[in-house]
Formats: sequence, structure tokens, C-alpha cells
Amino acid sequence: MIDFELEPQVVNQLKMYHMVSEQMMRPISRDCDEHEHQKPTQFYESMWSASAAASNIQIGHDKSKKDDPSKPSAPRRATVLTVLSTEELCWGDAGLYLSTPNSGLGGAAVMAAGTPEQKEHFLKRFKEGKPKWGAMAITEPSFGSDSSAVATTATRDGDNWVLDGNKIFVTAGQMSAEKSEGFVVVWATVDKSAGRAGIKPFVVEHNTPGMTVTRVENKLGIRASDTAAITFDNCRIPLDSILGSAEVRKEGGFKDVMATFDATRPIVAAMALGVGRAALDFVRDFLKQENVAIRYGISPRRLTAVERDFMEMEAQLQAARLLTWRAAWMLDTGKRNSLEASMAKAKAGLAVTQITQKAVELLGPLGYSRKVLVEKWMRDAKINDIFEGTQQINMIIIARRILNYSSKELN
Amino acid sequence: MIDFELSEEQQMIRDSVGAFARDEIRPAARPADESGAIPAPLVAKAWQFGFVSGAIPEKFGGGGDARSAVTGAIVAEELGFGDLSIAIHVLAPRLFAFPIVEMGTDDQRAKYLKRFAGADFAAATAAVMEPRFDYDLSALQVSAKRDGGGFVLNGGKCYVPLAAESDLMLVYAATDAAKGFAGVDGFIVPRGAAGVTISEREKNMGLKALATYEVTLKDCRVGADARVGGDKGIDFSRLMSQSRVALGALGVGVMNAAFEYARDYAKERKAFGVPIATKQAIAFILADMAIEIDAARLLVWEAAFKLDKGGDGLKESYLAKNYVAQSALKVTDNGVQVLGGHGYIREHPVEMWLRNARGFSAIDGIATV
Repeated sequence: MIDFELEPQVVNQLKMYHMVSEQMMRPISRDCDEHEHQKPTQFYESMWSASAAASNIQIGHDKSKKDDPSKPSAPRRATVLTVLSTEELCWGDAGLYLSTPNSGLGGAAVMAAGTPEQKEHFLKRFKEGKPKWGAMAITEPSFGSDSSAVATTATRDGDNWVLDGNKIFVTAGQMSAEKSEGFVVVWATVDKSAGRAGIKPFVVEHNTPGMTVTRVENKLGIRASDTAAITFDNCRIPLDSILGSAEVRKEGGFKDVMATFDATRPIVAAMALGVGRAALDFVRDFLKQENVAIRYGISPRRLTAVERDFMEMEAQLQAARLLTWRAAWMLDTGKRNSLEASMAKAKAGLAVTQITQKAVELLGPLGYSRKVLVEKWMRDAKINDIFEGTQQINMIIIARRILNYSSKELN
Repeated sequence: MIDFELSEEQQMIRDSVGAFARDEIRPAARPADESGAIPAPLVAKAWQFGFVSGAIPEKFGGGGDARSAVTGAIVAEELGFGDLSIAIHVLAPRLFAFPIVEMGTDDQRAKYLKRFAGADFAAATAAVMEPRFDYDLSALQVSAKRDGGGFVLNGGKCYVPLAAESDLMLVYAATDAAKGFAGVDGFIVPRGAAGVTISEREKNMGLKALATYEVTLKDCRVGADARVGGDKGIDFSRLMSQSRVALGALGVGVMNAAFEYARDYAKERKAFGVPIATKQAIAFILADMAIEIDAARLLVWEAAFKLDKGGDGLKESYLAKNYVAQSALKVTDNGVQVLGGHGYIREHPVEMWLRNARGFSAIDGIATV
């Protein structure tokens, strides 16, 4: 049955996330933005020890596990809960959300492509000890959206795989590779002649010789999150570091990359929602203070330009939110969601980019000032229209699906 | 708990109404648009679905179905996919019957509902809109003044569907202009009532198959028993939220019609030796149409869901309907654009859908769930 209502337990859980946002993220938000590579270690420690909060922050999930083992018939809803909590935390700060110690996109890849033993082996560290990070490295200097063009190689040499190549744009790459006992999942080709089928994910442990962080980027926004360039030079890793099978099958490895995107795109959409809602809430409070009423239900011809803009922001955000919920719900209910995940991502990325830009405009000089966070949210929002597939790549995916075209027919 | 699955019943309703819309309404749409007339057999067949009679209580001979705005939105979308004019025509008796079902007095139910449970289409309507650019549902200009035991209605209405064909009309008027939505009441005005003038049929850009009229009320006297709900009155805000959900859902149907047509055309039509759909310039337009349709549908469903839960749904339905008014225009315009010059020719339906879709920014209150 169609239902848009969150049950009281979930509402309460979200209140807790909201408190984390309000009390732990917002107070350091501006400072982390102004001091890009300075690490908020106290925030890391607090987030790590708030294990209850941390358990749901993890991106991705295990398809084999029920949410509540005592009720085996209870429907799965891990992804819906994840998008809800992600929005709440990104309302606090999207950069800090991305820098929160957890298995991150690396964990998502392990979940999507790993064996049960690998999941246990690689992920148990996130439940114990000191703060740790996981990262995923796909993008290379010579390609972005065309992830089938992976040039980094994985060569079998006795009991090892040997990785060679350069990766860029690795979110939390520095924290995962060098500054914690984490890992980086690296997508590399085992057989260049096999094209997409030869691309496989490998787990590279922190501080493995041959893996070097060569650069940490300076960015427009989400500055609290490190974005690393990582070089692999004769980097030797154990044979069982490959996630899933080493066998090169048609549609093999690349399918795993795509499966990861089906799970992560709704989450990136939810990140966008959080940033957009932060801006919307700020504008709403501001207008209230200024005694500017938002009059729902009156003749649209009598609305002021400000009311119209505000309502447009609100409707666009809600449209993006519902598309995001649907994509997450589909994943939870075992439905193929590539189309809907791309729809959510494309809509949310663009809508929130525009919402935050409009927020700066509506607030006039205050919006442009670094005294308040609105201009930062505009800068933060933009990344959601780019990473995990740009607006344009998602539009191509949507177009292929609705037209029933292959990537050869529409490219 | 968040769920996007239709119930089995809703799926059945969607499939059967959808098939009717595709197979029977759609082929009639263009001739009806050109001639201004909807074939009576088609209207009679639509009546058999029970869009109106289903919600009439069993004791008056109806189906006694529990009304659901979500289910109503699903039905409206399918009908809108068939044709907007025909959809509004076949649903028009709801405009009179449903407020009586939900908010009428026992006497009003007993007196007026039986006729909607019969085998034949019973034309009835409501007069909501007013002929001003900034007519406002929360500040109606048509007034109802107490006079002895009854009321005197004065003012002008427009876009009243089937006004000339209907035996019964609900006229919405402000009894207390200072109270906004709460100051609006509904009055039952029978055919031929003194002081009521129905104009010639209106001529509009779109919705050409739908007969709409201006209605002028000059010292039109009605008894106290004509006031829907008696002294309790009505919840006009809720009625208008229901209407926005219906119009929003109809709009999603129109968008979907334009999308499917343009998509299929783009896969067939070749330029430079390949289907134009294989070009990003066209493919991206279609992708954007698909996103907007799903986004609009979900906003409409959410507003409907709020109403079903007993909320007023004012904000949700207002934002959803306004969203549809914008996106239906954009999507149907893109439908014409994808077909290029052919889209501009009346041989194809896309230009009709663009004309119909433009109407959503103008219309209110002429359909309900």
C-alpha cells in the first residue's frame, strides 16, 4: 500500500541524527570549510564512539541480512533508513558527513562484490578499535564517467596481485590509505583485451608498500572531506584481495561497478536533499523573521516573486526526495532500480544545485556573506550533481532504459 | 512506513481503467476535440466503471466504496492519459455528488444521491472558478447573503463543466469573506432556478471537447436546506485539496500520453540514417520528461495520501498541482518539439495535449477524487 509516513521509531531515530547534525557538525562547519586540510579529530572520535549513530551511517548494505533477525518476515528497509539518516546528517554538513569514519564507498564495494568471508574479514574492523575509513578508487586522470576505461592494471604474480596505475578523486582516500587502519578498494583490469569484463575490485590495505597518496585536492566545497590522488607502483597485495571471482566473464566485473552505483546513487541523492533542506530551512526561518508570509492556497497570480521562488524550491526538493525514497525502497524490496536510482540522482543533484543557488539570491547580501552558511551550502551542493555519475551520465542511463537502447545504440 | 506498491485492488483498477483509456477514450479524443462533442455511448460506458456511483452509499443504491484519494489519483491519471476533456466530462457528476456524500446532511443525501446510483450518466456539476485573472479560492467574489430563512447568491462563475446539461449544480460562495476558506459554503442550485443565467458554451484554447459555461447569479434565492451540510457547512479547503489532487493526477496522465507518443515516434523517425532517439539532443529531452512524470506523480500521490490520512493536504496539494501545471506544460511542449514540424500538425495528438496541458494553470475545482 502506498505510504509516505515514517513510523514513530524512525522519527525518533532521525531526531537523534538531527541532534548530531546540530550539535556536532554545524558548530565546526564554517571552520572546517575555511581550513580545508585541518582534521577535526575530536569530531572523528565522537562519531566513532557514537556507535549507535555510526551503525547506520555506513553506506551500502548486506543483501543477505534481514534488518531484524527476530522477525524474519519483516521487510528489508536498510536503504530507506540510510537515505533518511543521510539527509539528516547532510543537513548538518555534507563534507563532515563524507569525512565521518566508516567503511564508506569501499565498504559498499565489499558488500556488493565480496564473498561472505571477505565481508567479515574486511569490515569487522569498523566495529572495533580506533576510527577507520574505507574508500573506493575508480576514476583516473584520463577518464571520469567512462569507468570502463580503467587503465590501472592488476597482474597476477605468484601469490600476489600487483597493481600499477594512478587513481584520482578518491573520497576519504588519505584517511583510508595512510591515516587509519582502513583500506581502499581499487578497480583495476586483469585483462585489458577483455574490456569491461576484465575490470575487478581489489582491496588494498592501508600503508601497503607501493600505494602512495600523491595529492589532496583543494575544492569548491565539501572541504572537510579529503579527496585524494593515489598512485600504485608495483603494489603487491595478497591473492584473496580480489573481491568476488578473478574469472573474466562477459558482463562480469563491470556489473559489480554498476550494482554499486544502484546502491550509492540514492544515497548521494539523499546527501543533496540534506544540503538543500538546510538552505530551505534557513530561508524559511529568515522570511519568517522578516514577516514575509508564504501563502499556500491563494491564487498563483497573487503570489509574490519571493513566495513563488520559495514554493518552487520546496516542491523541487520534495519531488527529489520522493524519487530518492522510491529508488531506495526498490533496492530494499529486491526490485531492479538502475533507472530509478539514476532518476533520483539526476533530479536531486540538479534540484539542490538550483535550490541552494536560489537561496543565496533570496537572502541578498546576507546570502553571499560568509557570516552565514548558505553560500557554503551552495558550494557543497554542486558536488552532488557531479560525483557518483554526473547529471549527464545519469541522463544517458535514464534515456537508455526508457528507450530500451544498449550503450552501443545510445552513447 | 514508506511503501510505493499499489494494493492489488489498485493495480486492477489501474489496469482496467488504463485499458479503457487507451483503447476507447484515446481514439475518440481527436474527433471530440475537433467537433466539440463527446459520443454519448462512450460516456455511458465510462459510467459503468462506477467512477461516481461506486462512492454512493449502499442505502442509496451505490457501491458504498470507501473513498481513497490515492485510488482516485490512480483513476484520474489513467483517464487523463486517454483524454483530458473526456476525463473531466465523465467525472463531472462527482463535483456535485461527492461533497454531498462527504459533507451533506442526511436529508440532502437522501434527496440527491439516488440519481447517481442509476444505470445512466447523471449530469451534475459545481461552479467554483470566477472570471477574474486573480480569482482566489480563499477569497471568492460570489457572495451568499442570509435572507430570512435562506440565502441570496450574487456574482459570476466560469468554467462550469456541463452547466447547461446538468439538473443540479453546486455553487460555492462566500458567506463570510473575512474567513477565507472557512467562510465559503456550497449551495445546491437546481436547473432553472430563478436568477441563474447560463452563457453560451465557452470557447477555449484547449479542453475543446468539454462543455463549459459561464454562470451568472443575480439575486438567486435558495432555501436554508440548500446549504450543503446545513449549519455545519462544508470544509471547502479540503474539497479544493481533493480537487487539486484530481487535477494533478489528470495532468500526470496527459504528460504520460505525450511522453509515450514522443518516445515511440523518436524510435521510428530517422534522421541522418539513424533513429532520432539515438541522438542525445532528443534522448535527453525524453529522459527529462520521464523524470518529471515520475516526480509529479509522486507529489500527487503524497498529497492524496495526506488527505486519506485525514490531513488537510492544503500545502501538499497546492504545491503538487502547481508543479503539475508547470511540468505538464513543459513535458507536452517537449512532446511537440520531439516531433518537430509534424508535432505542429493536427494529424498528431501532441499539439492537442500541449493546448490541454496549458489549462492546468487556469483551472481549479473542476474535477475531484
